[in-house]
Amino acid sequence: MAQPVISIRGVHKYFGRVHALRGLDLDIAGGEVVVIVGPSGSGKSTLLRCINRLETYEKGKIMVDGIPLDNARNINAVRREVGMVFQSFNLFSHLTVLDNLMLAQRVVRKRPPAEARQTALELLDKVGIPDKADAKPAQLSGGQQQRVAIARALAMNPKVMLFDEPTSALDPEMIKEVLEVMLALAAEGMTMAVVSHEMGFTRAAAKRVIFMDEGQIIEEAPPDVLFNSPHHERTRQFLGKILSH
Amino acid sequence: MSTPDEPQIPQEELDHIPGAEPSSRMDVWWWLVALVVGITALLLFAWPDPFMNIFKFVQDGIVITITVTLVSFLLVLVVGMVGGLGRLSTNRAVHIISTLYVELVRGVPLLVQLIIWYFAVPVMIQSLGKAWAIPALESFQANPVVMAIIGLVFCYGAYMSEIYRAGIQSIPKGQMEAARSLGMTYFQSMRHVVLPQAVRVILPPIGNEFIALLKDSSLVSVVAVADLTRRGREYASIHFDPIEVWMLVALLYLIMTLFSARVVNWIEKKTKFER
Ligand SMILES: Nc1ncnc2c1ncn2[C@@H]1O[C@H](COP(=O)(O)OP(=O)(O)OP(=O)(O)O)[C@@H](O)[C@H]1O
Ligand SMILES: [Mg+2]
Repeated sequence: MAQPVISIRGVHKYFGRVHALRGLDLDIAGGEVVVIVGPSGSGKSTLLRCINRLETYEKGKIMVDGIPLDNARNINAVRREVGMVFQSFNLFSHLTVLDNLMLAQRVVRKRPPAEARQTALELLDKVGIPDKADAKPAQLSGGQQQRVAIARALAMNPKVMLFDEPTSALDPEMIKEVLEVMLALAAEGMTMAVVSHEMGFTRAAAKRVIFMDEGQIIEEAPPDVLFNSPHHERTRQFLGKILSH
Repeated sequence: MSTPDEPQIPQEELDHIPGAEPSSRMDVWWWLVALVVGITALLLFAWPDPFMNIFKFVQDGIVITITVTLVSFLLVLVVGMVGGLGRLSTNRAVHIISTLYVELVRGVPLLVQLIIWYFAVPVMIQSLGKAWAIPALESFQANPVVMAIIGLVFCYGAYMSEIYRAGIQSIPKGQMEAARSLGMTYFQSMRHVVLPQAVRVILPPIGNEFIALLKDSSLVSVVAVADLTRRGREYASIHFDPIEVWMLVALLYLIMTLFSARVVNWIEKKTKFER
């Protein structure tokens, strides 16, 4: 295998006395889609947030695209290459949809306005809301907001996309429209790390599923293997809970 | 901040005021301004002696009051932003210095601070000049208006820091995180994402500060600044007609504060509808 796009080695993270990540190792190859599952508080969000340094970590090493996350300049360089999609969308609420997509292109990538605008409009088209460019986030449905958030991250041409429960704040009828965008992205070969309990998406897109508990990776396997015949008792219990819905 | 090419009618406007134009409500309070201006004009033209005489005497004081207030306020906006960001800084030294500034300055009366800046600080500078044999400092002469503005800015900057801090903290953390995750630096994220939203939140308290500053600027009359209040006192001490003088001075302040309140209100409404 070529050099992994994300390489995590022995990472420990503490929140005061809470030991949130306990010596985590994980490699994600270019073009791979990895889905992370696990009970609440197991450290899934913390893991994603460490990958683009929204959280610091106390021990271990993370490299993204060969760049170690060890100083401020590298951190900004990595963040440019890593798109993040949040459970609560986090669109810039004072800006129009178009300006949401253009801001970082202008400020970080220093693209001229016409080019940034062009990229933004193409991406809005791609996520299926070309007619909402001039709307404010509050005027959109949750599903539309999340698709704008995905487009905003894609506008930076990231090498990796991180998704932290992108559909769990959405009404059921809106989940599908967001998952479709994510499936299309996976089909294009985007490297993705996704925290989600959406079985359909996972089976369709993921090569590997990772089960986390108490800050550790308990086991990892292709979706069919992990969902149908998990090795560990803890995995079995957890899957029992989420599959029963 | 505004987007001129936004065609649709904002939702709030439709939701909150069914059938009524918001501008018609505003007019009521503009009438109050007009009423006070009318009473003042009546006094000036119906009884030019003494009112017109008083007005002519104090009018340069009005200019000073407005100038001192506007210049101070612009500087307070900057100092408050720096102080507010300092209070939120993760850098220990910056945090401690700005917290000390806010806590200490808010504990000393403004009048005492103004007196310190005008009467004590220049003497301090002169004696430092003597001690270090620096002639420029030794012959330092305080300009009353400059010292008064420094005093007002120093004091109001502390209050404004707290307003900025609260405003920035009221913006959900996810806004900053989203900006940072797109590769923007802390200052880029503040400037383009957090502050524009925070400013809308703190517009009402900022407007209140402006009006408070306008009124408190009358304290500079104690430190040799010939503002409206001081000119009024000068006139009254020459002509012995305190009732007419202070009635007119109060009306003039009232015109300025009521007018400012209307402008603040108008700006608030405008930015709310732009959301
Ligand atoms: N900012 C924080 N301060 C203190 N503790 C935190 C913070 N963020 C997370 N934690 C703790 O770290 C642990 C891991 O949290 P994390 O949010 O990563 O879990 P998660 O797997 O994403 O859970 P969920 O499914 O509920 O989102 C939890 O015990 C949590 O309480
Ligand atoms: Mg989480």
